[in-house]
Amino acid sequence: MDLSVVDPVALFVGLVAAATPLLFAAIGELVVEKSGVLNLGVEGMMIVGAICGFATAVKTGSPALGFVAGAAGGCVLSLIFGVMTQYLLSNQVATGLALTLFGLGISALIGQPFTGVKSPTMARLEIPVLSEIPLLGRLFFSYDIVIYLGIALVAAVWWFLKFTRRGLVLRAVGENHDAAHSLGYSVVAIRLAAIAFGGACAGLGGAYLSLARVPQWTEGMTAGAGWIALAIVVFSAWRPWRVLLGAWLFGGVTILQLNLQASGFLSWLQSLGIPAQAQYLSMTPYLITIAVLVVISADGSKARSNAPASLGRTFTGSG
Amino acid sequence: MLRLEPRTETKTLIQALAPAAAVLITMVVGGLLFAALGKNPFEAIHTIFIAPLFDPYSRTELLIKASPLILIALGLSFGFRAGIWNIGAEGQYVMGGLAGSAVALAFWNVEGAWLLPLMAVAGIAGGAAWAMIPAFLKIRFNANEILVSLMLVYVATLFLSAMVSGPLRDPDGFNFPQSRLFHDSARLPILMEGTRVHVGIIVTMVAVLAAQIFLTRHLFGFNVRLLGQAPRAAAFSGVNAKRLTVICLGLSGAMAGLAGLFEVAGPIGQLQPSLPVGYGFTAIIVAFLGRLSPVGILFAGMVMALTYIGGETAQFALGIPSAAISVFQGLLLFILLAVDLLTRYRVRFVRRGEV
Amino acid sequence: MTEPLLDLDGVSKSYPGVKANDDVRFSVDRGEIHALLGENGAGKSTLVKMIYGLVRPDTGAMRFAGAAYEPAGPVAARASGVAMVFQHFSLFEALTVAENIELGMENPPPRGELAARIVKVSKEYGLPLEPDRLVGDLSVGIRQRVEIVRCLLQDPRLLIMDEPTSVLTPQEVEILFGTLRKLKSEGVAILYISHKLDEIRQLCDRATILRHGKVVGTCIPAEETARSMAGMMIGQELAHPVAGSFSPGEKLLSIEGLSLPALGQFGVPLSDISVSLRAGEVLGIAGVAGNGQDEFMLALSGERTCAANSIRLKDRDVSRMGPTARRRVGLQAAPEERLGHAAAPAMTLSENAFLTGRVRKGLASNGFSKPSAIEAFAKDIIKGFDVRTPGTATLAGALSGGNLQKFVVGREVLQEPVVLAVNQPTWGVDAHAASQIRRALRDLAERGAGVLVISQDLDELMEISDTFAVLANGRLSPVRPAAGMSIEAIGRMMGGDFSVAESGGEHAAP
Repeated sequence: MDLSVVDPVALFVGLVAAATPLLFAAIGELVVEKSGVLNLGVEGMMIVGAICGFATAVKTGSPALGFVAGAAGGCVLSLIFGVMTQYLLSNQVATGLALTLFGLGISALIGQPFTGVKSPTMARLEIPVLSEIPLLGRLFFSYDIVIYLGIALVAAVWWFLKFTRRGLVLRAVGENHDAAHSLGYSVVAIRLAAIAFGGACAGLGGAYLSLARVPQWTEGMTAGAGWIALAIVVFSAWRPWRVLLGAWLFGGVTILQLNLQASGFLSWLQSLGIPAQAQYLSMTPYLITIAVLVVISADGSKARSNAPASLGRTFTGSG
Repeated sequence: MLRLEPRTETKTLIQALAPAAAVLITMVVGGLLFAALGKNPFEAIHTIFIAPLFDPYSRTELLIKASPLILIALGLSFGFRAGIWNIGAEGQYVMGGLAGSAVALAFWNVEGAWLLPLMAVAGIAGGAAWAMIPAFLKIRFNANEILVSLMLVYVATLFLSAMVSGPLRDPDGFNFPQSRLFHDSARLPILMEGTRVHVGIIVTMVAVLAAQIFLTRHLFGFNVRLLGQAPRAAAFSGVNAKRLTVICLGLSGAMAGLAGLFEVAGPIGQLQPSLPVGYGFTAIIVAFLGRLSPVGILFAGMVMALTYIGGETAQFALGIPSAAISVFQGLLLFILLAVDLLTRYRVRFVRRGEV
Repeated sequence: MTEPLLDLDGVSKSYPGVKANDDVRFSVDRGEIHALLGENGAGKSTLVKMIYGLVRPDTGAMRFAGAAYEPAGPVAARASGVAMVFQHFSLFEALTVAENIELGMENPPPRGELAARIVKVSKEYGLPLEPDRLVGDLSVGIRQRVEIVRCLLQDPRLLIMDEPTSVLTPQEVEILFGTLRKLKSEGVAILYISHKLDEIRQLCDRATILRHGKVVGTCIPAEETARSMAGMMIGQELAHPVAGSFSPGEKLLSIEGLSLPALGQFGVPLSDISVSLRAGEVLGIAGVAGNGQDEFMLALSGERTCAANSIRLKDRDVSRMGPTARRRVGLQAAPEERLGHAAAPAMTLSENAFLTGRVRKGLASNGFSKPSAIEAFAKDIIKGFDVRTPGTATLAGALSGGNLQKFVVGREVLQEPVVLAVNQPTWGVDAHAASQIRRALRDLAERGAGVLVISQDLDELMEISDTFAVLANGRLSPVRPAAGMSIEAIGRMMGGDFSVAESGGEHAAP
């Protein structure tokens, strides 16, 4: 086994990049859930964001436009969900599933001509002076701008929910939609806005996947990232900064298992007579997700007390 | 302007017509989609929805495709009614197929009439055991079954891939990641000479009948409906929600597992990494399209199988991309959920100001 | 000030199947406490929702402070100076007092300043509040203060109060009345909705009486008797069942030291409840909502099991049994919430009959249901309890509150339980149906069953109970004969002071 391939600094840098798609999707879903809506279509919105972003970037040559298109794609898809659940009062779980199935299909359709194409890549934002500080420069000041944007978004969501009146109204709607309605707040409009924001964030996350992280287009490339983002929201107990922690945790697991695969860890295990296969390492992000869900949910009192009380309930607007 | 009013009685006719209307609307929207792709929409719709019905071979293939969809959807429908969202049927399907194959491969050089039943038991057990993981984690730790069951799909798929490229790989297969071919007594008997119509289809039909009886006439079906519609009334009535959660998840896992086994012991005849083709997810659409009722699921499974078979034809005959079919299926679920509104609400015109 | 502050001219509002308000006319003056009196379902709530902008009238006009008044929504109503305290509070449990108040204001000051104003204003009006507490942690009485202070911070000209005292102890009611009188002296008009006649006589300057959506009279409450106002409100004298011929039989239900942890974050734990119920006895349990009534019902129905030997039916320990097993031995329950708890709204009446009648009525064999037996049982309930419905295939959710309640009570009564526990048997039910339900409960007791009635309606309890106790903060007072209880004593018991009940001796038969 050659553990020298595993460079801690590279590991951290890789982790931050791997976490970014999850971070975007999860922080968006956090806002949606805080407004009392459970959108299970994150996976679908992410993959549509991934292909919209990729296709636009290839056609225009501009990764920036790609990110805009990714956000727009996720947003449009989320509005289908919004209209169906908020106006047509369809079941949120079923509609979210439909969104994912539809998103996976439509992305494959749009993406067919783009398989195997290279996308224009983004320049890293080498912050002058800071990025040249030994170690710290590489650790903190050598990422592309989208990564900084993601962290800034977490801060913005935190500030919005905690300190602004609109944030308070959004939380109120998620807490008790009947009471919010009787105070004269438009439950449906506020939820639609939250859903659209969540869609745009998921789309951005998807676009980061296809434009920066991989960067190319393959069918079904999100591979469950949207679902992991949903799990991160539960893990975070609906607290924005813990979403960042959760995303980094899952990013870390992903990067670590990839590095272990590259390090010859498996052949070392096999040399000890353990029938190790790469697939087992690839399972770890999913298994860790389950483990984390269990740990968080088991200590339910704390997580639930912060969970929006109206989460997933249909608002009929009567009374 | 338009206004929605809840219906006070369930109109069975409207309930039955809604899915049919959804299919028709999907055909129209799908036609527009094909037109946008530069294909003749009428030809495309005809190829996908009509042509397979008039071709004898396609008709039998229809049964073969529909059977696993129906079987899985039946299992899911009980849980969906009770508000238990097992969306990891794909994983349970894989584990059922894997467990059944393991039995077949363990006895690769032994023949006997006992083998197939043993494989079926293993398939059921494999699927059920895989579904027990989210069930246990839900009732013991309150972990969300949607996320857990879905994560387990990825785990199962990777596990299958590890198995066929490891312990279950065909030793004489030039390192191809697939198992030995099953011998005859490990294969499902063929019902019609010259086709691939197998015994599993009969089992599926029996399952539809049994599910219909249990849903409408048995306490189990009543409790499932009650738990889904009014959880507190269910608790008041004496329904043990945890036990019902375990039973519903276990049942759906068992049916998905059986479907997986039928697939490996039927049309495929060996264990391949390409076993998961999305039946577990499509079955979710089938369950809803069938209005969560067993007879409805029977028809819905046929319609969905039609899109698969017709889609394949359309792929080589018209050059319609295979992804278009999944778009089609997703679209169908959306439109169905929207049409569903009409079964629950009455749309009424009111003048402005009357709101 | 000749023109009234609020004037309603021929306001009507219809919903499919019902005319909630029909040509309503009345006015409220500045500095007046005006009662809107009527039974449940008389149309009071719809009327005030129109004034608060939540519902728009079909026809008719409203004027406020001399100008035409057509609020597009609550925000517009609040801008005009109309504020409302809801019966079911519009509060957010997981938010703080200050956040809740901020949500009800159009242009709230910065948060620090708001907190200071809350402390100041709440003290000034005798309703002290701590701005940083989570609302979910507060008692019902304090929550109401939050609602009131939220209104006061906006300097309202008209304050609407929808059944404010239904959740208060008599002592808290006195404090509230003090606040309302102070507001009145400052020129604020108060529209006070209630069906409690004594309160209205104490507090209000004028009263408008509604029946079936129409104004049937106005009066000056101080000049009326409770009886005369009740006559206007109900329209006819009702034959009241007489509680009286109570000869206690064998002990049917005995509860010893029943304790249960709170249900959920904001629930009330039950502590050390001991009580017994004998054949032929109707035991009334009073108390302000949220003092453990729901928890007590769940413990009785078997939805929550409790420590062994805490609940015994005759000589059998039923503590560990679930609902089905308890029904089998004859301990039955009818919970407060009709839709979604006692009955499944989206299921038919037949299915709802099956829901609890399965065991005692033998409606299933080997788990397979018997459709004809179910149908027959549902028909018996409909016939025996005068349930107005097109048939047994109607969905429970489509029935009116009163009809569904008759169905729910009838379903349990017809199974001839050994002991029946009911919570709020006539809540939101019209007077006629309510009297039928009370009659059925008394009849059941006279046939030798034990009946336990939890209610927040003291009049109802006084009318049907033989014996009486109060549930306060999860504790149950000693049982007293119902006859001869004074309102003062009940009030102190509801506030948690059980010494009054203890001094009366234990469970004396009248």
